[in-house]
Amino acid sequence: MTIPADLKYTKTHEWLKLEADGSVSIGITFHAQEALGDIVFLELPDAGRTVKAGEECAVVESVKAASDIYAPIAGDVVAKNEDAIAAPESVNQDCYAAWLFRIKPANPADLATLLDAAAYEKVAAES
Amino acid sequence: MTQRTPLYDAHVAAGAKIVDFAGWEMPINYGSQIEEHHAVRRDAGMFDVSHMLAIDLAGCDAQAYLRRLVANDVAKLTVPGKALYSCLLNPDGGVIDDLIIYFFTPTQYRIVVNAGTAAKDLAWMQAQAANFNVSLTPRRDLAMIAVQGPQARERFWTAFPVARAATVMLGVFQAAEWEVDGVSWLIARTGYTGEDGFEIAVPAAQAAGIWERLAAAGIKPCGLGARDTLRLEAGMNLYGQDMDETQNPLESGLAWTLDFKDASRDFIGKSALARRQVEGKLRQLLGLVLLDKGVLRSHQKVITEHGDGETTSGSFSPTLNQSIAFARLPAGVQPGDAVQVAIRDKLLKAKVVKPPFARNGKSLIQ
Repeated sequence: MTIPADLKYTKTHEWLKLEADGSVSIGITFHAQEALGDIVFLELPDAGRTVKAGEECAVVESVKAASDIYAPIAGDVVAKNEDAIAAPESVNQDCYAAWLFRIKPANPADLATLLDAAAYEKVAAES
Repeated sequence: MTQRTPLYDAHVAAGAKIVDFAGWEMPINYGSQIEEHHAVRRDAGMFDVSHMLAIDLAGCDAQAYLRRLVANDVAKLTVPGKALYSCLLNPDGGVIDDLIIYFFTPTQYRIVVNAGTAAKDLAWMQAQAANFNVSLTPRRDLAMIAVQGPQARERFWTAFPVARAATVMLGVFQAAEWEVDGVSWLIARTGYTGEDGFEIAVPAAQAAGIWERLAAAGIKPCGLGARDTLRLEAGMNLYGQDMDETQNPLESGLAWTLDFKDASRDFIGKSALARRQVEGKLRQLLGLVLLDKGVLRSHQKVITEHGDGETTSGSFSPTLNQSIAFARLPAGVQPGDAVQVAIRDKLLKAKVVKPPFARNGKSLIQ
Protein backbone atom coordinates (compact mmCIF):
# COMPACT_ATOMS: atom_id res chain seq x y z
CA MET A 1 0.00 0.00 0.00
CA THR A 2 1.92 3.06 -1.19
CA ILE A 3 -1.00 5.55 -0.89
CA PRO A 4 -2.75 5.16 2.48
CA ALA A 5 -6.48 5.81 2.22
CA ASP A 6 -6.76 7.81 5.47
CA LEU A 7 -4.39 10.64 4.50
CA LYS A 8 -4.74 13.83 2.47
CA TYR A 9 -2.33 14.70 -0.34
CA THR A 10 -1.00 17.53 -2.51
CA LYS A 11 -0.07 17.66 -6.19
CA THR A 12 3.53 18.29 -5.07
CA HIS A 13 3.66 14.86 -3.33
CA GLU A 14 3.24 15.81 0.33
CA TRP A 15 0.89 13.87 2.62
CA LEU A 16 -1.09 15.29 5.57
CA LYS A 17 -2.50 13.56 8.62
CA LEU A 18 -4.86 15.13 11.15
CA GLU A 19 -3.60 14.28 14.65
CA ALA A 20 -5.76 13.90 17.79
CA ASP A 21 -4.59 17.27 19.14
CA GLY A 22 -5.79 19.11 16.02
CA SER A 23 -2.33 19.58 14.54
CA VAL A 24 -1.51 18.24 11.08
CA SER A 25 1.57 16.09 10.36
CA ILE A 26 3.17 16.62 6.95
CA GLY A 27 5.53 14.29 5.12
CA ILE A 28 6.42 13.23 1.59
CA THR A 29 4.77 10.39 -0.27
CA PHE A 30 6.20 7.05 -1.34
CA HIS A 31 6.29 8.32 -4.91
CA ALA A 32 8.29 11.41 -3.82
CA GLN A 33 10.89 9.51 -1.79
CA GLU A 34 11.32 7.00 -4.60
CA ALA A 35 11.87 9.76 -7.15
CA LEU A 36 14.44 11.45 -4.88
CA GLY A 37 16.42 8.31 -4.08
CA ASP A 38 18.58 7.97 -0.96
CA ILE A 39 17.70 10.88 1.37
CA VAL A 40 20.68 12.23 3.31
CA PHE A 41 19.65 15.61 4.76
CA LEU A 42 16.51 17.38 5.98
CA GLU A 43 16.13 21.10 6.62
CA LEU A 44 12.87 21.59 8.54
CA PRO A 45 11.04 24.69 9.83
CA ASP A 46 11.33 25.60 13.50
CA ALA A 47 8.35 25.56 15.82
CA GLY A 48 6.77 28.99 16.04
CA ARG A 49 7.16 29.87 12.37
CA THR A 50 3.98 30.97 10.62
CA VAL A 51 3.62 29.67 7.08
CA LYS A 52 1.28 30.50 4.22
CA ALA A 53 -0.22 27.83 2.00
CA GLY A 54 2.20 27.11 -0.83
CA GLU A 55 5.19 28.65 0.97
CA GLU A 56 8.55 26.89 0.68
CA CYS A 57 9.32 25.80 4.19
CA ALA A 58 11.53 22.71 4.13
CA VAL A 59 14.17 21.04 1.98
CA VAL A 60 14.68 17.32 1.48
CA GLU A 61 18.07 16.48 0.01
CA SER A 62 18.94 13.13 -1.51
CA VAL A 63 22.34 12.10 -2.84
CA LYS A 64 21.01 13.17 -6.23
CA ALA A 65 19.22 16.47 -5.65
CA ALA A 66 17.64 19.02 -3.31
CA SER A 67 13.85 19.22 -3.31
CA ASP A 68 11.72 22.00 -1.81
CA ILE A 69 8.78 21.12 0.37
CA TYR A 70 5.78 23.47 0.38
CA ALA A 71 3.42 24.12 3.27
CA PRO A 72 0.17 22.58 1.98
CA ILE A 73 -1.95 24.71 4.32
CA ALA A 74 -1.50 27.93 6.28
CA GLY A 75 -0.77 27.82 9.99
CA ASP A 76 1.87 27.82 12.71
CA VAL A 77 4.60 25.21 12.80
CA VAL A 78 4.35 23.40 16.15
CA ALA A 79 7.05 20.73 15.77
CA LYS A 80 9.71 19.31 13.51
CA ASN A 81 10.71 15.65 13.55
CA GLU A 82 14.14 15.52 15.21
CA ASP A 83 14.30 11.74 14.78
CA ALA A 84 13.97 12.13 11.01
CA ILE A 85 16.64 14.86 11.00
CA ALA A 86 18.99 12.47 12.84
CA ALA A 87 18.17 9.59 10.46
CA PRO A 88 17.09 11.01 7.07
CA GLU A 89 17.06 7.50 5.57
CA SER A 90 13.96 6.80 7.68
CA VAL A 91 12.00 8.82 5.10
CA ASN A 92 12.98 6.25 2.45
CA GLN A 93 12.31 3.34 4.78
CA ASP A 94 8.83 4.39 5.95
CA CYS A 95 7.77 7.71 4.48
CA TYR A 96 4.33 7.69 6.15
CA ALA A 97 5.77 7.16 9.65
CA ALA A 98 8.65 9.61 9.17
CA TRP A 99 6.66 12.85 9.29
CA LEU A 100 8.69 16.03 8.71
CA PHE A 101 6.86 18.81 10.57
CA ARG A 102 3.52 19.59 12.17
CA ILE A 103 1.32 22.63 11.59
CA LYS A 104 -1.55 23.97 13.68
CA PRO A 105 -3.86 24.98 10.83
CA ALA A 106 -5.05 28.60 10.66
CA ASN A 107 -8.28 27.21 9.28
CA PRO A 108 -8.92 23.48 9.94
CA ALA A 109 -11.41 23.37 7.07
CA ASP A 110 -8.50 23.87 4.62
CA LEU A 111 -7.65 20.20 4.99
CA ALA A 112 -10.85 19.23 3.17
CA THR A 113 -9.74 21.13 0.06
CA LEU A 114 -6.75 18.81 -0.49
CA LEU A 115 -6.60 15.62 -2.56
CA ASP A 116 -7.91 12.34 -1.21
CA ALA A 117 -6.08 9.08 -1.85
CA ALA A 118 -7.96 8.28 -5.06
CA ALA A 119 -7.29 11.73 -6.54
CA TYR A 120 -3.63 11.61 -5.55
CA GLU A 121 -3.22 8.16 -7.08
CA LYS A 122 -4.05 9.74 -10.45
CA VAL A 123 -1.54 12.54 -9.88
CA ALA A 124 1.21 10.08 -8.94
CA ALA A 125 0.46 7.88 -11.94
CA GLU A 126 0.85 10.81 -14.30
CA SER A 127 4.10 12.17 -12.89
CA MET B 1 15.72 10.67 -29.95
CA THR B 2 17.47 8.82 -27.15
CA GLN B 3 19.74 5.85 -27.70
CA ARG B 4 20.01 2.59 -25.80
CA THR B 5 23.06 0.47 -25.09
CA PRO B 6 23.10 -3.32 -25.73
CA LEU B 7 22.49 -3.75 -21.98
CA TYR B 8 19.30 -1.66 -21.80
CA ASP B 9 16.97 -4.68 -21.46
CA ALA B 10 19.21 -6.15 -18.73
CA HIS B 11 18.96 -2.88 -16.77
CA VAL B 12 15.17 -2.76 -17.03
CA ALA B 13 14.90 -6.43 -16.03
CA ALA B 14 17.07 -5.69 -12.97
CA GLY B 15 14.67 -2.93 -11.88
CA ALA B 16 16.84 0.02 -12.88
CA LYS B 17 15.50 3.54 -12.77
CA ILE B 18 16.32 4.86 -16.24
CA VAL B 19 17.28 8.49 -16.96
CA ASP B 20 18.40 10.41 -20.03
CA PHE B 21 22.15 10.92 -19.85
CA ALA B 22 23.71 12.77 -22.81
CA GLY B 23 21.00 11.37 -25.08
CA TRP B 24 21.28 7.80 -23.75
CA GLU B 25 18.71 5.92 -21.67
CA MET B 26 20.94 4.85 -18.79
CA PRO B 27 20.39 3.36 -15.32
CA ILE B 28 20.76 5.97 -12.55
CA ASN B 29 20.35 3.27 -9.87
CA TYR B 30 18.84 -0.17 -9.32
CA GLY B 31 17.33 0.74 -5.93
CA SER B 32 19.77 2.39 -3.56
CA GLN B 33 22.59 4.51 -4.96
CA ILE B 34 24.34 4.46 -1.57
CA GLU B 35 24.33 0.64 -1.43
CA GLU B 36 25.79 0.54 -4.94
CA HIS B 37 28.46 3.02 -3.91
CA HIS B 38 29.44 0.92 -0.89
CA ALA B 39 29.47 -2.26 -3.00
CA VAL B 40 32.21 -0.73 -5.16
CA ARG B 41 34.24 0.61 -2.21
CA ARG B 42 33.92 -2.65 -0.23
CA ASP B 43 33.49 -5.50 -2.74
CA ALA B 44 32.64 -5.27 -6.45
CA GLY B 45 30.19 -3.45 -8.68
CA MET B 46 29.75 -3.06 -12.43
CA PHE B 47 28.69 -0.22 -14.69
CA ASP B 48 27.43 -0.18 -18.25
CA VAL B 49 29.67 2.39 -19.95
CA SER B 50 28.70 1.45 -23.51
CA HIS B 51 27.44 4.99 -24.08
CA MET B 52 31.08 6.08 -24.19
CA LEU B 53 32.66 5.79 -27.63
CA ALA B 54 35.75 3.80 -28.59
CA ILE B 55 37.50 5.18 -31.66
CA ASP B 56 40.22 3.11 -33.32
CA LEU B 57 43.10 5.08 -34.79
CA ALA B 58 45.39 3.50 -37.39
CA GLY B 59 47.97 4.68 -39.89
CA CYS B 60 51.67 5.32 -40.26
CA ASP B 61 51.27 8.87 -38.83
CA ALA B 62 49.19 7.76 -35.82
CA GLN B 63 51.78 8.68 -33.20
CA ALA B 64 52.68 12.03 -34.79
CA TYR B 65 48.97 12.83 -35.10
CA LEU B 66 48.26 12.12 -31.43
CA ARG B 67 51.31 14.11 -30.31
CA ARG B 68 49.72 17.11 -32.06
CA LEU B 69 46.10 16.33 -31.12
CA VAL B 70 46.26 15.83 -27.34
CA ALA B 71 48.02 17.61 -24.47
CA ASN B 72 49.60 14.57 -22.83
CA ASP B 73 52.41 12.92 -24.81
CA VAL B 74 51.73 9.46 -26.28
CA ALA B 75 55.47 9.10 -26.93
CA LYS B 76 55.73 7.91 -23.32
CA LEU B 77 53.63 4.87 -24.26
CA THR B 78 56.02 2.10 -25.29
CA VAL B 79 54.53 -1.09 -23.81
CA PRO B 80 51.64 -2.52 -25.88
CA GLY B 81 48.34 -2.10 -24.02
CA LYS B 82 49.57 0.83 -21.92
CA ALA B 83 46.96 3.57 -21.43
CA LEU B 84 47.23 7.34 -21.01
CA TYR B 85 44.71 9.90 -19.72
CA SER B 86 44.72 13.21 -21.59
CA CYS B 87 42.76 16.33 -22.43
CA LEU B 88 41.75 17.17 -25.96
CA LEU B 89 42.17 20.95 -26.20
CA ASN B 90 41.02 23.67 -28.56
CA PRO B 91 43.53 26.32 -29.73
CA ASP B 92 42.53 28.55 -26.75
CA GLY B 93 43.50 25.79 -24.33
CA GLY B 94 39.84 25.04 -23.48
CA VAL B 95 38.95 21.41 -22.85
CA ILE B 96 37.01 19.78 -25.73
CA ASP B 97 36.98 16.48 -23.83
CA ASP B 98 39.02 14.24 -21.57
CA LEU B 99 39.83 10.79 -22.87
CA ILE B 100 41.89 7.62 -22.51
CA ILE B 101 44.28 6.48 -25.23
CA TYR B 102 45.39 2.84 -25.44
CA PHE B 103 48.67 2.13 -27.25
CA PHE B 104 49.03 -1.08 -29.27
CA THR B 105 51.77 -0.14 -31.79
CA PRO B 106 53.01 3.27 -33.00
CA THR B 107 50.51 2.86 -35.86
CA GLN B 108 47.55 1.52 -33.83
CA TYR B 109 45.75 3.13 -30.90
CA ARG B 110 42.30 3.17 -29.36
CA ILE B 111 40.78 6.38 -27.98
CA VAL B 112 37.81 6.25 -25.57
CA VAL B 113 35.78 9.46 -25.30
CA ASN B 114 32.75 10.68 -23.34
CA ALA B 115 29.22 9.99 -24.60
CA GLY B 116 28.01 13.58 -24.59
CA THR B 117 30.98 14.83 -26.59
CA ALA B 118 31.47 11.85 -28.93
CA ALA B 119 30.08 13.44 -32.11
CA LYS B 120 31.91 16.73 -31.47
CA ASP B 121 35.16 14.91 -30.67
CA LEU B 122 35.03 12.77 -33.77
CA ALA B 123 34.38 15.78 -36.02
CA TRP B 124 37.29 17.64 -34.40
CA MET B 125 39.59 14.63 -34.72
CA GLN B 126 38.66 14.15 -38.38
CA ALA B 127 39.34 17.83 -39.08
CA GLN B 128 42.78 17.63 -37.44
CA ALA B 129 43.62 14.46 -39.39
CA ALA B 130 43.76 16.22 -42.76
CA ASN B 131 47.56 16.43 -42.93
CA PHE B 132 48.25 13.02 -41.41
CA ASN B 133 48.10 9.54 -42.86
CA VAL B 134 45.62 8.15 -40.34
CA SER B 135 42.14 6.67 -40.25
CA LEU B 136 39.60 7.02 -37.42
CA THR B 137 37.01 4.27 -36.93
CA PRO B 138 34.20 4.75 -34.38
CA ARG B 139 33.34 1.42 -32.76
CA ARG B 140 29.63 1.53 -31.94
CA ASP B 141 29.74 -2.26 -32.46
CA LEU B 142 31.36 -2.58 -29.03
CA ALA B 143 29.85 -2.61 -25.57
CA MET B 144 31.89 -1.54 -22.54
CA ILE B 145 31.53 -2.72 -18.95
CA ALA B 146 33.49 -1.36 -15.97
CA VAL B 147 33.96 -3.88 -13.14
CA GLN B 148 35.23 -2.02 -10.07
CA GLY B 149 36.04 -2.70 -6.43
CA PRO B 150 38.59 -4.45 -4.22
CA GLN B 151 37.15 -7.85 -5.24
CA ALA B 152 36.40 -6.88 -8.86
CA ARG B 153 39.28 -8.72 -10.51
CA GLU B 154 38.78 -11.89 -8.45
CA ARG B 155 35.06 -11.94 -9.20
CA PHE B 156 35.74 -11.26 -12.88
CA TRP B 157 38.07 -14.27 -12.95
CA THR B 158 35.40 -16.35 -11.19
CA ALA B 159 33.07 -15.49 -14.07
CA PHE B 160 35.75 -15.98 -16.76
CA PRO B 161 38.46 -18.27 -15.31
CA VAL B 162 40.29 -18.68 -18.60
CA ALA B 163 40.85 -14.89 -18.80
CA ARG B 164 42.98 -14.96 -15.67
CA ALA B 165 46.25 -15.91 -17.37
CA ALA B 166 45.98 -13.08 -19.90
CA THR B 167 45.13 -10.41 -17.30
CA VAL B 168 46.66 -11.37 -13.93
CA MET B 169 49.94 -9.58 -14.69
CA LEU B 170 48.31 -6.36 -15.93
CA GLY B 171 49.62 -3.27 -14.18
CA VAL B 172 47.46 -0.23 -13.47
CA PHE B 173 46.46 1.62 -16.68
CA GLN B 174 47.49 -1.40 -18.73
CA ALA B 175 45.28 -3.39 -21.12
CA ALA B 176 45.48 -6.77 -22.83
CA GLU B 177 43.61 -8.26 -25.74
CA TRP B 178 42.02 -11.61 -24.99
CA GLU B 179 40.80 -13.89 -27.76
CA VAL B 180 37.71 -15.99 -27.10
CA ASP B 181 36.20 -18.06 -29.91
CA GLY B 182 37.86 -15.89 -32.51
CA VAL B 183 36.60 -12.57 -31.13
CA SER B 184 38.79 -10.28 -29.11
CA TRP B 185 38.01 -8.49 -25.89
CA LEU B 186 40.09 -5.59 -24.65
CA ILE B 187 40.52 -5.91 -20.89
CA ALA B 188 42.03 -2.83 -19.23
CA ARG B 189 42.97 -2.24 -15.60
CA THR B 190 41.39 1.20 -15.59
CA GLY B 191 38.34 2.83 -14.05
CA TYR B 192 36.57 5.90 -12.75
CA THR B 193 35.93 5.01 -9.12
CA GLY B 194 39.24 5.08 -7.25
CA GLU B 195 39.09 1.31 -6.87
CA ASP B 196 40.92 -1.53 -8.59
CA GLY B 197 39.19 -3.35 -11.43
CA PHE B 198 38.82 -3.80 -15.15
CA GLU B 199 37.10 -2.03 -17.99
CA ILE B 200 36.26 -4.45 -20.77
CA ALA B 201 35.30 -3.71 -24.37
CA VAL B 202 33.45 -6.57 -26.04
CA PRO B 203 31.27 -7.19 -29.13
CA ALA B 204 27.80 -5.71 -28.48
CA ALA B 205 26.08 -9.01 -29.15
CA GLN B 206 27.95 -10.67 -26.27
CA ALA B 207 27.33 -7.90 -23.74
CA ALA B 208 24.11 -9.19 -22.14
CA GLY B 209 25.54 -12.68 -21.62
CA ILE B 210 28.72 -11.29 -20.08
CA TRP B 211 26.72 -8.97 -17.79
CA GLU B 212 24.67 -11.94 -16.59
CA ARG B 213 27.78 -14.02 -15.83
CA LEU B 214 29.41 -11.15 -13.97
CA ALA B 215 26.23 -10.68 -11.89
CA ALA B 216 26.20 -14.42 -11.13
CA ALA B 217 29.78 -14.04 -9.84
CA GLY B 218 28.50 -11.57 -7.23
CA ILE B 219 29.25 -8.29 -8.99
CA LYS B 220 26.49 -5.78 -8.18
CA PRO B 221 25.00 -3.75 -11.04
CA CYS B 222 25.57 -0.04 -10.28
CA GLY B 223 24.07 3.03 -11.91
CA LEU B 224 25.37 6.42 -12.95
CA GLY B 225 24.39 7.88 -9.56
CA ALA B 226 26.95 5.75 -7.71
CA ARG B 227 29.44 6.29 -10.51
CA ASP B 228 29.21 10.05 -9.88
CA THR B 229 29.73 9.89 -6.09
CA LEU B 230 32.57 7.37 -6.52
CA ARG B 231 34.46 9.50 -9.03
CA LEU B 232 33.90 12.63 -6.93
CA GLU B 233 35.35 10.93 -3.84
CA ALA B 234 38.23 9.63 -5.98
CA GLY B 235 39.06 13.19 -7.10
CA MET B 236 38.25 12.58 -10.77
CA ASN B 237 36.77 15.33 -12.93
CA LEU B 238 33.49 15.02 -14.82
CA TYR B 239 33.56 16.60 -18.25
CA GLY B 240 30.94 19.33 -18.74
CA GLN B 241 30.75 19.95 -15.02
CA ASP B 242 34.29 20.38 -13.67
CA MET B 243 35.76 21.52 -16.98
CA ASP B 244 34.60 22.35 -20.50
CA GLU B 245 35.66 24.40 -23.51
CA THR B 246 35.64 27.61 -21.46
CA GLN B 247 38.09 26.22 -18.87
CA ASN B 248 41.70 25.16 -19.28
CA PRO B 249 43.39 22.16 -17.63
CA LEU B 250 45.67 24.42 -15.52
CA GLU B 251 42.62 25.74 -13.68
CA SER B 252 40.79 22.39 -13.64
CA GLY B 253 43.14 20.30 -11.52
CA LEU B 254 44.57 18.71 -14.66
CA ALA B 255 48.02 20.31 -14.94
CA TRP B 256 49.47 16.83 -14.28
CA THR B 257 48.07 15.66 -17.63
CA LEU B 258 49.92 18.33 -19.62
CA ASP B 259 53.30 17.27 -20.99
CA PHE B 260 55.64 20.16 -21.89
CA LYS B 261 58.86 18.10 -21.65
CA ASP B 262 59.52 17.84 -25.39
CA ALA B 263 59.98 21.51 -26.34
CA SER B 264 59.77 20.63 -30.04
CA ARG B 265 56.27 19.14 -29.68
CA ASP B 266 53.53 21.65 -30.55
CA PHE B 267 50.21 20.24 -29.31
CA ILE B 268 46.96 22.08 -29.93
CA GLY B 269 46.37 24.61 -27.14
CA LYS B 270 50.00 24.65 -26.01
CA SER B 271 50.76 28.31 -26.75
CA ALA B 272 47.53 29.47 -25.13
CA LEU B 273 48.35 27.51 -21.97
CA ALA B 274 51.88 28.92 -21.93
CA ARG B 275 50.45 32.47 -22.11
CA ARG B 276 48.01 31.72 -19.31
CA GLN B 277 50.86 30.44 -17.14
CA VAL B 278 52.82 33.65 -17.68
CA GLU B 279 49.77 35.76 -16.76
CA GLY B 280 49.65 33.91 -13.43
CA LYS B 281 46.92 34.25 -10.76
CA LEU B 282 45.67 30.84 -11.87
CA ARG B 283 42.49 29.68 -10.22
CA GLN B 284 42.64 26.18 -8.79
CA LEU B 285 40.23 23.27 -8.68
CA LEU B 286 40.35 22.00 -5.10
CA GLY B 287 38.16 19.94 -2.81
CA LEU B 288 35.74 21.12 -0.11
CA VAL B 289 34.50 19.17 2.88
CA LEU B 290 31.33 20.65 4.39
CA LEU B 291 31.69 21.03 8.16
CA ASP B 292 28.09 22.15 8.79
CA LYS B 293 25.03 20.03 8.01
CA GLY B 294 23.79 20.16 4.43
CA VAL B 295 24.69 19.04 0.93
CA LEU B 296 27.02 20.86 -1.45
CA ARG B 297 25.90 21.02 -5.10
CA SER B 298 27.41 22.48 -8.25
CA HIS B 299 27.34 26.27 -8.87
CA GLN B 300 27.30 27.38 -5.23
CA LYS B 301 29.28 30.47 -4.29
CA VAL B 302 32.38 29.89 -2.16
CA ILE B 303 33.60 32.84 -0.08
CA THR B 304 37.33 32.84 0.68
CA GLU B 305 39.86 35.38 2.01
CA HIS B 306 41.23 35.64 -1.53
CA GLY B 307 37.89 36.31 -3.26
CA ASP B 308 34.93 34.24 -4.37
CA GLY B 309 34.98 30.87 -6.07
CA GLU B 310 32.35 28.40 -7.20
CA THR B 311 31.62 24.72 -6.68
CA THR B 312 31.69 22.64 -9.88
CA SER B 313 30.49 19.26 -8.51
CA GLY B 314 29.04 18.51 -5.12
CA SER B 315 27.25 15.68 -3.41
CA PHE B 316 26.91 13.64 -0.28
CA SER B 317 29.89 11.34 0.17
CA PRO B 318 28.74 7.89 1.35
CA THR B 319 32.29 6.94 2.39
CA LEU B 320 32.89 10.10 4.48
CA ASN B 321 29.24 10.37 5.54
CA GLN B 322 29.37 14.12 4.92
CA SER B 323 29.12 16.42 1.94
CA ILE B 324 32.04 17.06 -0.42
CA ALA B 325 32.62 19.13 -3.54
CA PHE B 326 35.11 20.33 -6.10
CA ALA B 327 35.38 24.11 -6.33
CA ARG B 328 37.25 26.49 -8.61
CA LEU B 329 38.92 28.86 -6.15
CA PRO B 330 41.07 32.01 -6.48
CA ALA B 331 44.86 31.89 -6.42
CA GLY B 332 46.19 31.97 -2.87
CA VAL B 333 43.62 29.62 -1.33
CA GLN B 334 45.34 26.62 0.24
CA PRO B 335 44.31 23.20 1.53
CA GLY B 336 43.36 23.60 5.18
CA ASP B 337 41.77 27.04 4.68
CA ALA B 338 38.34 27.69 6.18
CA VAL B 339 35.79 28.98 3.66
CA GLN B 340 32.04 29.57 3.51
CA VAL B 341 29.58 28.22 0.97
CA ALA B 342 26.29 29.97 0.19
CA ILE B 343 23.50 27.39 0.24
CA ARG B 344 20.04 28.91 -0.12
CA ASP B 345 19.79 31.63 2.58
CA LYS B 346 22.69 30.33 4.70
CA LEU B 347 26.47 30.55 4.77
CA LEU B 348 27.88 27.17 5.77
CA LYS B 349 31.42 26.37 6.94
CA ALA B 350 33.67 24.21 4.77
CA LYS B 351 37.32 23.23 4.73
CA VAL B 352 39.53 23.26 1.65
CA VAL B 353 41.27 19.94 0.94
CA LYS B 354 43.36 18.47 -1.82
CA PRO B 355 41.38 15.71 -3.61
CA PRO B 356 41.04 12.73 -3.62
CA PHE B 357 38.66 12.35 -0.68
CA ALA B 358 38.58 8.54 -0.70
CA ARG B 359 40.19 5.69 -2.61
CA ASN B 360 40.73 1.98 -2.14
CA GLY B 361 37.91 1.70 0.35
CA LYS B 362 39.22 4.38 2.71
CA SER B 363 38.64 8.02 3.54
CA LEU B 364 41.71 10.16 2.92
CA ILE B 365 40.37 13.13 4.90
CA GLN B 366 41.36 13.58 8.58
